Amino acid sequence: MRAIQYAAPSTVEDAVAILAEHGSDARMLAGGTDLIVQVREDARDTGVFVDAKKIPELMELSVNADGSTTLGAAVPCHQLYNDAHFTATYPAVTDAARIIGSTGIQGRASVGGNLCNSGPAGDTIPPLIVHSAVCNIAGPDGERTVAVEDFCTAPGRNVLADGELLVSLTLPKPPAGSGSHYLRFIPRNEMDIAVVGAGAWLQLDGETITAARTGLGAVAPTPLFVQAAGDALVGMTADEDAFAVAADIARDAASPIDDMRGTIAHRKQLSYVLTQRALRGAKARAQGGSPTNGH
Amino acid sequence: MATEILSGKVHVQTTINGEQVDFLAEPRESLLEVLRDHLGLTGAKEGCNNGNCGACNVVMDGALVNSCCVLSVEAAGASIETIEGVASPEGLHPLQQSFLENAALQCGVCTPGFIVAAKALLEENPNPTEYEVRWWLAGNLCRCTGYDKIVRAVLDAAERMRAEA
Repeated sequence: MRAIQYAAPSTVEDAVAILAEHGSDARMLAGGTDLIVQVREDARDTGVFVDAKKIPELMELSVNADGSTTLGAAVPCHQLYNDAHFTATYPAVTDAARIIGSTGIQGRASVGGNLCNSGPAGDTIPPLIVHSAVCNIAGPDGERTVAVEDFCTAPGRNVLADGELLVSLTLPKPPAGSGSHYLRFIPRNEMDIAVVGAGAWLQLDGETITAARTGLGAVAPTPLFVQAAGDALVGMTADEDAFAVAADIARDAASPIDDMRGTIAHRKQLSYVLTQRALRGAKARAQGGSPTNGH
Repeated sequence: MATEILSGKVHVQTTINGEQVDFLAEPRESLLEVLRDHLGLTGAKEGCNNGNCGACNVVMDGALVNSCCVLSVEAAGASIETIEGVASPEGLHPLQQSFLENAALQCGVCTPGFIVAAKALLEENPNPTEYEVRWWLAGNLCRCTGYDKIVRAVLDAAERMRAEA
């Protein structure tokens, strides 16, 4: 690896000061499972690594007075799926946290890092979108918030300006009678990057859908919030006919490319099938059960 | 107080297998490089050097990690367990004994990573199913055995450890 500098600030203010001074040469280091490898393999030229893990706000995982959850940007995946409350409350997020890389990757890799890496296939991003998560950003001009669906702007790019960092995510408390699920297609059982990933969140009143959100990964330059699919479901009975309507909209929303992982036609079809399955899983969880179609 | 930005040789104090260890390393060096090249702990292996193969697995502050994806300087203040700390003066760990008896290794390059990872699994889940063993060890690649003997060795060790507990 090229020579680098390393700083481990203990406050957000210090981190912002270092990021602002070094501009695009500096980058926050959470688990390093993307950043260290990218710099080692010359895919990214970062000279100043700013360790996120000594800053309390970036390592926070707590439930707020209003029932929402604050998820620090550097909290590793394994901490999330070992947290019973988080897993029960935001199951789509832990569905993703369990399938990113391997156990050894999940020991370090964070949801915030996954989001800031801004890959179109980032597994935690559609789950954050369907849970209406908001990014808490700090920078030289103060703090601001951005909805997760507006955070990524292009492959590997996001709204963070020089000097800014993602401090945490706020996940609203899901209402009673709701559930979520995320799953992806890969040609093997584990340790791969999504050909397509789909997340869904549903709120039910009896069998009637009262609110819904779906999202897709790896079918566009950024992870997608498929708002029209969720909107179409509102008022419908949560059955296969309704899920087919939403899945059709998801397929139309997908604008994938052909690459080594899959073709356009395959990814369009997967957008349909996985949206359908994610909705089935979200419904099962909303009714107190579990998804039956694996991960 | 402004945070110091470290470069060049950095003095790092850490704990490895229960003993305090000091070393000098550049921030660009990985924990794996420090273990192998500075500290003579060559049990952890460099396989892929990008987080895919698990041959460099160590436990850092209770979490299984790929030491190739940890910066040397991140070890400051951490507690690290490597393959060298798995056996006791009295003898091999049940996992090591089970790997030998079940012929769960051929060339041996992946073995330290498998044993460190499997030990972390059994500490969390003393009675895993075959599926759970395979899922947990998915990030450890072996090009020799076809995995079956490794999985059987882990299940066998788990049974022995439960019997002894």
